[in-house]
Amino acid sequence: MTSFLRLCLILTCVISIACGGGNSEKESTPVAAPVVNNPVDSATAGSLKGSIKLEGTPPEAQTISRRSDAYCEQQGEAKTQDFVVSNGGLQNVFVYVKDGLGNLKFPVPTTPVVLDQKGCTYVPRVFGIQTGQPLEILNSDETLHNIHAQPMNNREFNRGQGLKGLKHMHVFTTSEVMVPFNCDVHNWMHAWVGVLDHPFYAVSGTGGAFEISNLPPGTYTIEAWHEKLGTQTQMVTIGPKESKELSFTFKL
Amino acid sequence: MLLHIYAVLVAISTAVLIFAGGLVTSTGSGLSVPDWPTTYGWFMFTFPLEKMVGGIRFEHTHRLIASTVGFLIVVLAVWLRLSEPRQWVRRLGYVALGAVITQGILGGITVLWYLPDPISIAHASLAQIVFCLTVAIALATSPGWRRAYSDHGAMPDDRILQAVALATTGLVYLQILIGATMRHTEAGLAIPDFPLAFGHLIPPTWNAKIAIHFAHRVGALVVTAFVLATTGHVLFHHRSRGELVRPSVLLLLLLAAQITLGALTVLSQKHYIINSLHVVTGASVLATSLVLTLRTRRARFDVGGTKWDRAGSTNRNPAYGPHGVEPARGRA
Repeated sequence: MTSFLRLCLILTCVISIACGGGNSEKESTPVAAPVVNNPVDSATAGSLKGSIKLEGTPPEAQTISRRSDAYCEQQGEAKTQDFVVSNGGLQNVFVYVKDGLGNLKFPVPTTPVVLDQKGCTYVPRVFGIQTGQPLEILNSDETLHNIHAQPMNNREFNRGQGLKGLKHMHVFTTSEVMVPFNCDVHNWMHAWVGVLDHPFYAVSGTGGAFEISNLPPGTYTIEAWHEKLGTQTQMVTIGPKESKELSFTFKL
Repeated sequence: MLLHIYAVLVAISTAVLIFAGGLVTSTGSGLSVPDWPTTYGWFMFTFPLEKMVGGIRFEHTHRLIASTVGFLIVVLAVWLRLSEPRQWVRRLGYVALGAVITQGILGGITVLWYLPDPISIAHASLAQIVFCLTVAIALATSPGWRRAYSDHGAMPDDRILQAVALATTGLVYLQILIGATMRHTEAGLAIPDFPLAFGHLIPPTWNAKIAIHFAHRVGALVVTAFVLATTGHVLFHHRSRGELVRPSVLLLLLLAAQITLGALTVLSQKHYIINSLHVVTGASVLATSLVLTLRTRRARFDVGGTKWDRAGSTNRNPAYGPHGVEPARGRA
């Protein structure tokens, strides 16, 4: 009888080990915010505003053939989004403080950033997130998607979402600009996320405009990243309560 | 004869599987199904057809064909076990079975590990071995092989031809390995023009991808030289031996098609159909060269009961002779 009990105990342990821990992906629990060492002082914080200009004529957006998935085709015509330009300004440029924050530590938001798969397109195409902040990847489509992140410094992952409404939570642990996302089911779907250990980033919108606010006074290296045109950097000094203008010009 | 027909069908199925695998890589669909052996949580064979969209069509179809080929090879191995008197042929069946199982596992882990180059290249390379094994079994069970192609007298034991043909087969396989490396390291368009390289005979600039790509082009030249040598030798010295002339001519034709497809792959910016046809035609060149090589060595398989057939001397079928040969039809 004792032997039988031992056998049961061993089997229980083996099954527990075999069935547990296979997926270290965080499914839904947000990570607790780390200790705030250097919160931004709103009395002295400044801001950085500017725009991203594009010189030259960008290639005309091409219609994407989405016949490989009837659902996607029914969502209407889709065009390539490599260069989204309005009023001479370039959208979808990730602008961030690359250097100058020293050892300052910033609170990590617990509110998830949402990456939606909607109309067989990633929404948003370019976005930022902080290390430790939850990323919620949502499938709003009535078709299958796989989310394949291919970072260099973080852990690669590839998850399938076969049903509408499915969510997948992920937390990046290391700063990395940029982490590409691809859907291997629909090879036209691409997105990029800039992962930073601070909140000072923005993505250029209409007219190429961007704004980074609540920036502590200091001298910073600002980098602008575009998916096709690479990066540009500039130095800027922000004084207390100062609002600086900064513009980048990408050339084709 | 039924076993031979079945073995030929298995070999053809394996070629179809290689084409399907080529489509997966060419369309970048390798990770469109993130899980394995399930498909989006479904048991592979119950995955709904209407959900086979985008890249899933290629990846899931590849898995279905692979499972079917795996099953066919299981049946082939069992069939050989039960009815094949020659031990070495039975062993080929076992090796094919082991290889196809390994191949399935490699295919699974390359998905689960996000297509690491070494695993993906190993998967592509082992596919050729599985194909060669099924072709070798089909050849060994063929009536012509069994009667040692004796319709026009004894097979010549031409050592030069044997050596050249063997070298050709080895070089074709090496060329396929380089091709698989090029394919999985995304070096297929590292040299964007053809037949020149950046407008020169030798690339004016180098990096790892250009080196792999250029090695594949040089490999094509070396293989061509050896195929011409093999074919020329057969046509000059063994023109009356249909069993040697036929694969030689076929080898030449397949090589011409393969070089054309290689050029078109570059010029079409890796169109996925052309690219996949290049993969399966490469496999056909290898298989044809293997058939020719084995036929040139046919005499070695039964002269005085070689180690091959001595190993199979425990005959299970009394209808066959001491070397696994149907007595009324020839030697082995």
